Amino acid sequence: MSTPAHSDGSLPKAMTGIQGLDEITHGGLPRGRPTLVAGSAGCGKTLLATEFLVRGATQFGEPGVYMSFEETAPELAQNARSLGFDLDGLVRDRKISIDFVRVERNEIEETGEYDLEGLFVRLGHAIDTIGAKRVVLDTIETLFGGLQNAGILRAELRRLFRWLKDRGVTTVITGERGDGQITRHGLEEYVSDCVIVLDHRAREEVSTRRLRILKYRGTTHGTNEYPFTIDAHGITVLPITSVGLTHDASDERIDTGVPRLDTMLGGGVYRGSTLLISGTAGTGKTSLAAHFADATCRRGERCLYMALEESERQLVRNMRSIGLDLDKWVTHGLLRFDASRPTAFGLEVHLTNLHQRVIEFDPQMVIMDPISSYIRAGSDLASESMLMRIIDFLKSRQVTAVFTSLTHAGADAEGAGAGVSSLIDTWMLLRDIELGGERNRGMYVLKSRGTAHSNQIREFLLTDRGIALQDVYVGPQGVLTGSMRMAQEAREEATALQRNEEIGRRRREIESRRQALEAQIAMQRREFERDVEELEALIRQDQGAVERAGRDRLNMARSRRADASGKPAATPSNGNETVGKRRRS
Amino acid sequence: MSVHEQDEQVPEPLDSADVPESDTWELRLYVAGQTGRSIAALANLKRICEVHLQGKYRIEVVDLLVHPQLASGDQIVAIPTLVRKLPHPVRKVIGDLSSEERTLVGLQLRPAR
Repeated sequence: MSTPAHSDGSLPKAMTGIQGLDEITHGGLPRGRPTLVAGSAGCGKTLLATEFLVRGATQFGEPGVYMSFEETAPELAQNARSLGFDLDGLVRDRKISIDFVRVERNEIEETGEYDLEGLFVRLGHAIDTIGAKRVVLDTIETLFGGLQNAGILRAELRRLFRWLKDRGVTTVITGERGDGQITRHGLEEYVSDCVIVLDHRAREEVSTRRLRILKYRGTTHGTNEYPFTIDAHGITVLPITSVGLTHDASDERIDTGVPRLDTMLGGGVYRGSTLLISGTAGTGKTSLAAHFADATCRRGERCLYMALEESERQLVRNMRSIGLDLDKWVTHGLLRFDASRPTAFGLEVHLTNLHQRVIEFDPQMVIMDPISSYIRAGSDLASESMLMRIIDFLKSRQVTAVFTSLTHAGADAEGAGAGVSSLIDTWMLLRDIELGGERNRGMYVLKSRGTAHSNQIREFLLTDRGIALQDVYVGPQGVLTGSMRMAQEAREEATALQRNEEIGRRRREIESRRQALEAQIAMQRREFERDVEELEALIRQDQGAVERAGRDRLNMARSRRADASGKPAATPSNGNETVGKRRRS
Repeated sequence: MSVHEQDEQVPEPLDSADVPESDTWELRLYVAGQTGRSIAALANLKRICEVHLQGKYRIEVVDLLVHPQLASGDQIVAIPTLVRKLPHPVRKVIGDLSSEERTLVGLQLRPAR
């Protein structure tokens, strides 16, 4: 074998340089071996082959031979120019050699045995002339149309692919898609190392290009269908994880434009994070997104608003009704709208469009409203990988992304966007709460990576001064919103009032009881004092009476016996004893 | 460049597609090395020309192993390929020319049946 495996057993590979393709093939195409690229007309086979050669010549120092069976060199050069490749220049620099092979059946007669040595000679000569390491045969099956002897052709093609392997050139062979088989003439039979299938199909009127690696002998590879785009920079395959998760994570928090939401999110959202606002129709997704836009412009930063269902004017008008003047930011050049219907183009065109606009405008925030339109436009996987690609791209630029997603009533609200939910850093869910004959908006934070976010449902009000978040009441009957919330508020207020009054009444009662008690105490005290006074009066009376009696006795004695010696000592002692006795009693 | 070189002549464009009348037939046989098939083709060609174009043909043999760069000019893919350079328009017959009938048809010396 001309290309032995590496010592570690891994297959040597040749990088294609095509964005995304090297990721899903884990390093490129099998080096020194043929790879079949099959697909229907117009699916991008020729462009892929061209880019493979051009990148090889310009990025990897591997010159290449382009053997074209369908397009002439000028046509090829013109096609390549549309991808931004200067094929003519590369031909001049002898980095690429183009050979146009034309077989006109109507000018050829076949008689007897022949082989395709002429083709081998041409290819060999071209390879030797520029020292080619890569070869493209596009589309060799055309020979089946030009030559009649299919038996010889098959044998010769088998020999050709063997020969290419022996020459050690990495070859891309394109083949037209056939019915029931990969290529119309069964080229896959001869090319057993690597088969890539391209597809360009319209699904629900939107065409999307897809790429799939059908087979890659001796190596692991991505097996999904990957959407790919063709733009001015060539082909971009959209692998699930292309960029790798190497982007920086900012600690900076930015405000959402709704103060209470900032609080719910623990102080705003991280710069460069990815936000999803999902909800059913009319729950205020766009209004919330517009607040994000407003807050961004308020900080003097730029915001790109990809409106996928409304026109710019309609959006501006509607947001004015909730008190957001977006026009002002448009005038300041801080806000830019890009309104286009997702169904107008394939997904890859939208992706390209977004890339270009982000690079052009360099915004700090990108809003896509709503991404569910994309999901409608493409298949789940295609849109999912596209969103992943978008998210990776925006993250790598530290752009905060806000996506809205429409979920359908009745569907599991949290299931919606499940495809992308793992990519989302902060997921806010808006939902209708139907209660008491009313429909109100509720909001909660389903998840927010890296933040201690609130777990509470808030009522989400659209006022003429923007969004307001209200507490909701959670009672035995569930969450109360709207007028039921107001009724509940009124009830609670009334109850509080009642309680206040009751307390007041009780307080007054106690006060009056205290006053009564104090009055009683005062009265009793007064009674007691009166008693004491009485007693003292009595004592005084008593004393006065004794003295008087003594005096009377003295006076009487004096009046009876004038010569009384005046020894009244015994008499007062009696009197004293009497007083003592009274006191004791 | 070629094995048999003869004088160059400006050809007369032909209108008739059946059996073109021309003074000189310029034929070029492309081969790749001296393979049995190449030798057979050249022998067959000479025999046919002697019978049908005696005195008014010229055969040039191009060996692509020696001159690979000449292959693309006449859009050579198969080997051997006989190219009728003159009279116009260009006609090709591929294979070892083992069937005289088909070779004559290819050279438009006989109408296709």
